[in-house]
Amino acid sequence: MRTYLDFEKPIADLESRLEETKALAQSSNVDVSQAVEVLEQSIEKLRREIFQNLTRWQRVQLSRHPDRPYTLDYISLMCSQFIELHGDRTVRDDPAMIGGFCELDDQAVMIIGQQKGRNTKQRQQRNFGMANPEGYRKALRLMKLAEKFNKPIITLIDTPGAFPGLEAEERGQGEAIARNLKEMFMLKVPVICIIIGEGASGGALGIAIGDRVFMLENTWYSVISPESCSSILWRSWNFKEQAAEALKLTAKDMATFNLVDGIIDEPLGGAHTDHGAMALHLKEVILKSLAELNALDPDERIDQRIDKFCSMGVVVE
Amino acid sequence: MSWFVRKDKGIQTPTEMKREAPDGLWYQCPNCKKIMHTREHKLNAYTCVHCNYHEKIGSDAYFSILFDENQFVELDATMTSADPLKFTDTKPYPDRLRTTINKTGLKDAVRTAYGPMNDITVTIACMDFGFIGGSMGSVVGEKIARAIDHALQNKTPFLMISRSGGARMMEAGFSLMQMAKTSAKLALLSEAGLPYVSLLTDPTTGGVTASYAMLGDFNIAEPGALIGFAGPRVIRETIGTDLPKGFQSAEFVLEHGFLDFIVDRKDLKDKLSSLFKMLQ
Ligand SMILES: [Zn+2]
Repeated sequence: MRTYLDFEKPIADLESRLEETKALAQSSNVDVSQAVEVLEQSIEKLRREIFQNLTRWQRVQLSRHPDRPYTLDYISLMCSQFIELHGDRTVRDDPAMIGGFCELDDQAVMIIGQQKGRNTKQRQQRNFGMANPEGYRKALRLMKLAEKFNKPIITLIDTPGAFPGLEAEERGQGEAIARNLKEMFMLKVPVICIIIGEGASGGALGIAIGDRVFMLENTWYSVISPESCSSILWRSWNFKEQAAEALKLTAKDMATFNLVDGIIDEPLGGAHTDHGAMALHLKEVILKSLAELNALDPDERIDQRIDKFCSMGVVVE
Repeated sequence: MSWFVRKDKGIQTPTEMKREAPDGLWYQCPNCKKIMHTREHKLNAYTCVHCNYHEKIGSDAYFSILFDENQFVELDATMTSADPLKFTDTKPYPDRLRTTINKTGLKDAVRTAYGPMNDITVTIACMDFGFIGGSMGSVVGEKIARAIDHALQNKTPFLMISRSGGARMMEAGFSLMQMAKTSAKLALLSEAGLPYVSLLTDPTTGGVTASYAMLGDFNIAEPGALIGFAGPRVIRETIGTDLPKGFQSAEFVLEHGFLDFIVDRKDLKDKLSSLFKMLQ
């Protein structure tokens, strides 16, 4: 069963009519080919209309779609080999942050990312993609490993935030993220970061310091979620749509402000409608960026990486 | 306060007047409720002479405590926030900024300066919680970045005094990227072998904790300061039970290994200059 979002209801209605029509044809031998064609065209037209005019909140909804591809889906769709590596070597392995060496065509790369679960049990095991400090430390350990063997690093970001728990505080959530920010600037290998779903605040940024930072078309990246922003600034949970508008948190917004380097298109209807096509396109973008970045020497890349982030900000003097 | 006359950018301000002193002669400690002379309290580095409660103070007070005879040169003193997102919640962000500037006499949530501390030139960035909760927007990030540049160019130690609720939501994505920017500059400072001391004061949370505040060669804190990534309310809601006593206090953070030491504000200047002398 497909999951439809509230604004997809008109599409869902037409699709169920299409199914009914097809079923009728099977049971009664009536020729419905013309009706089917008309319906299919209407669905396509409607989908185009709806997806051309998405609000910011609707993009947030798409970024959280339960059928959306997650980090491990992209790895299995893009890579011929994946050797997953575990643990931060201090506390434990964090299942909310995964990573390992992958083969991307003929190149070995390190892929790291937050991982969400598909069903209730997996969601709990993956802690809804909210990493603990050991997750960020594991990510850094793997990045250093990639640097040691001169392999590029790809990070896939999809998190509602770093986990705000008791033990996370005891083990230094703030320190873990801060250290990653600082260390990632000095990595000698190319680093490409892609927001594939939710990019919430420091929890996202903690693996998102890269030579190239991209956002998939229907994702969000900001300092706070629209819901939390609503609860703090409007003192109510009911202003999430307004908060999403105010935060200007979509790929288009972030690219306009030069806070990310580019937008990666999704299939019409969202990444969840065609995992294969999405992964193929993502892979093309990664390979193209890698070719550009491999042509630079490490010091040049580091300088450019630092300069890029240091130019972000608008002040009045 | 309108009587306060700010000196021009880059001019020595040896006798800068204190903005935050409570009016009147007497100060009542909010902790032990005892009364003391305002001047006595000030001479005691704004700590209670009875119970040692560390009053929350701003950049003016820290500068006067740390710089010899309050002599310093302020950097980027006129920089103010823009409104790149045209952000409006219950009121437009520019209105909020204007009100806060008028109310506090500050331009934004951080002030940066250099000057002598027991004869060693240091660069200091100090946050002001009174300015929208000490929140970090483009101005905070940019001023800290430039203060670090100043430390790099002049080969001085860098002291960051944090007191902040975290990110400034009204600058959304721009606010987030200040965490990256300041961390980049600190990476360069680190490569240059210059000392960075991060002093965490009450409270230091959110994106500030998850960037420059936790990146010191020396992370130190004032006694009793609340220090954390997530705020206590958010954690309580997440775990569904009350938090243990002393959770996220400076003492708790020291015990868990994320601070080098806790420093009494009265000892801050001498302890830091001793440290910097040893590192020279
Ligand atoms: Zn007292």
